[in-house]
Amino acid sequence: MNKQISSILYTKASCVIRRLSTSSSRCRSQPQPRAESAPQQLVGVVGLEIHAQINSNTKLFSGSSVRFTAPPNSLVSFFDASLPGTLPVLNKRCVDAAVMTGLALSCTINRMSLFDRKHYFYADLPAGYQITQQRRPIAVDGTLTYCFLGGKKRSQVIRKTVNIKQIQLEQDSGKSLHDDLRSQTLIDLNRAGVGLMELVMEPDMSCGEEAAAAVRELQLILQALGTCQGNMSEGQLRVDANVSVHKPGEPLGIRAEVKNINSVRYLARAIDYEIQRQIDILQRGGTVQNETRAYDSKSGFMPEPNLPPLIVYEDNASLPTGIDACQAVVVETIRKVLPELPSVKRDRLVQTYGILPEHSFTLVNEDGLVDYFEAVLKVTKMGPRKVIGWVIKELLGHLKQQDMSVSQSPISPSALAELLELQETGHISSSVAGQVFQEMWKSSGKTALQIVQELDLGLVSDTAQLHSICQKVVDSNPDEVNAIRNGNKKVLNKLMGLVQKETKGRADPVLVRAILQEKTLLKSDC
Amino acid sequence: MSAFGLVAKRGVSPKIIRPSFNLLTNDGYSAASSFLQGHNTNITRLLSSQPHNPKVPKVATWEPASEDQLPPPAQIPADLVDKLERLALVDFRTKQGLACLEKAIRFADQLHVVDTSSVEPMDSVLEDRALNLRADAVTEGGCAEELLQLSKNTIEEYFVAPPGNIPLPTKEERASMLKHSEL
Repeated sequence: MNKQISSILYTKASCVIRRLSTSSSRCRSQPQPRAESAPQQLVGVVGLEIHAQINSNTKLFSGSSVRFTAPPNSLVSFFDASLPGTLPVLNKRCVDAAVMTGLALSCTINRMSLFDRKHYFYADLPAGYQITQQRRPIAVDGTLTYCFLGGKKRSQVIRKTVNIKQIQLEQDSGKSLHDDLRSQTLIDLNRAGVGLMELVMEPDMSCGEEAAAAVRELQLILQALGTCQGNMSEGQLRVDANVSVHKPGEPLGIRAEVKNINSVRYLARAIDYEIQRQIDILQRGGTVQNETRAYDSKSGFMPEPNLPPLIVYEDNASLPTGIDACQAVVVETIRKVLPELPSVKRDRLVQTYGILPEHSFTLVNEDGLVDYFEAVLKVTKMGPRKVIGWVIKELLGHLKQQDMSVSQSPISPSALAELLELQETGHISSSVAGQVFQEMWKSSGKTALQIVQELDLGLVSDTAQLHSICQKVVDSNPDEVNAIRNGNKKVLNKLMGLVQKETKGRADPVLVRAILQEKTLLKSDC
Repeated sequence: MSAFGLVAKRGVSPKIIRPSFNLLTNDGYSAASSFLQGHNTNITRLLSSQPHNPKVPKVATWEPASEDQLPPPAQIPADLVDKLERLALVDFRTKQGLACLEKAIRFADQLHVVDTSSVEPMDSVLEDRALNLRADAVTEGGCAEELLQLSKNTIEEYFVAPPGNIPLPTKEERASMLKHSEL
């Protein structure tokens, strides 16, 4: 984090302007310009266009299968190959998915929406156009509320919102494999025609961290809804960022697009890099080049003549008589089956278990961690606030170190619960528990009890033994004892440390402290 | 387009009326109007097996709109021509091509004569129909071999296309390319 040097500027009117760090209003990752530059600082403006592959069995307008890996061109129907004489037939599941996603993002669902053709030439677009919803999409005007951990120690949950301009249904294109060596492109149409939800976000974000947090939240929402599996590395969630810089209050600058990002982490870095690049250019007095392609200039659209308007009904009461249930998309029905969204889940965890919001945030943010946490709680008597410490600091810490997911953890919830029980019932001290955890991590399968027995780590509560060890320590550290008698209580901890060293950390700390206090005070009585 | 539209029929005689863009009238009108006004208006259906429907007039009754009813003729700047060429991937920068484009636009300008106030544009003749929704079950696909047979160039179940998208050369480059090809 850049520490801001507060600088004092004198304007012509000789009033003093003190520029202070404003990291609360702007992302910390943005560097501070030099003091000599203009009083107003350049800030980044980020808008996202997200393409989410709809989780359905078949494609948007044809009955061919949707799968990530399959032999090339084996999941292609005649329509997908755009052979003449074929027509699009809309997949109801895709409409349901789009409506559900729109509802989860507080959008207005358009009762009537239209399909268009967007024309451009590319080898993986066999028809020469993509069927999309540019004029009237299925959902408009929503909001995405996202959070990230900020503040000095990254322990404060910062909440922000970004407006969603629209959600539209559209076709995916096929895949091109470029063979530059032989100057050719290999085309696989398996992905051609798969249903996508394009989510257009307003440029309400100002840096990579915010964009990454927004995408992460969207990922969690889509996964909770089941409308998209959200796997960025498999291309199920594709993010394009439009980045520009400007001085607050002034018009927006030239946009540059950041594309082809396949992880949330890289998204943040790529955006920040672009913001910095543009700031550098502008500070040197240059101008940002707009490198958009010809077909981005909003032309090549025409209505799709083969598809009538898509009508969505508010509730069962508004259905026309005689309509078949499988032909009707009813918003109320979909609203009723909306699952618990991540933000609601976070609040529920805080309410139910009394854990801190930032812990709840971390729990929900990590795939499978909530289930792990709740599984441990079921089997142990330890309170949730203590368990959360173990789950986040020890378990998640170790997982992150080795870049593992929760499902790959060598310690199962029940195994961890057993370890926690041993601590709760006083069989081992808390420091020993940490040791045992490390051992369990390394030798997967061994229970906590086994390790404690093998390495003889059980708590020593035998008072006679403890007394003699404490006596030994007191006798061999007269200076420290004197310091304690003179009022320096903190030195007691040093003696405790020595006792623990003797007992290899197996002494009951409460007992040791009591014994040492007794012994040191006794001496002074003589 | 359909005013010209006598598609060639079988056993055709030299009576085919084809659009002739070389026929310029001095008021800039498309050739057909003057052609139909002055010349043979006897459009008969050749080799038809059905009797003539009385609802269809025997003689064309269409009259072209007069020049004062039309908006001013569209000017097509060179940039627009370039953009159109880029979108359509068609070269039409020749004198003939541009004249054809202008006449086509002029012909379409006649649509402005129609009063469309408070009438929604129709973009599909299906607008009153219900959109048919399909159940999410696999019913197609698995015909890679059949599809690949349609392509001249394939490699191991992939279609082969030229590399990437070769960007269209700039206006100046293309103008010089055309000049060279015309030589």
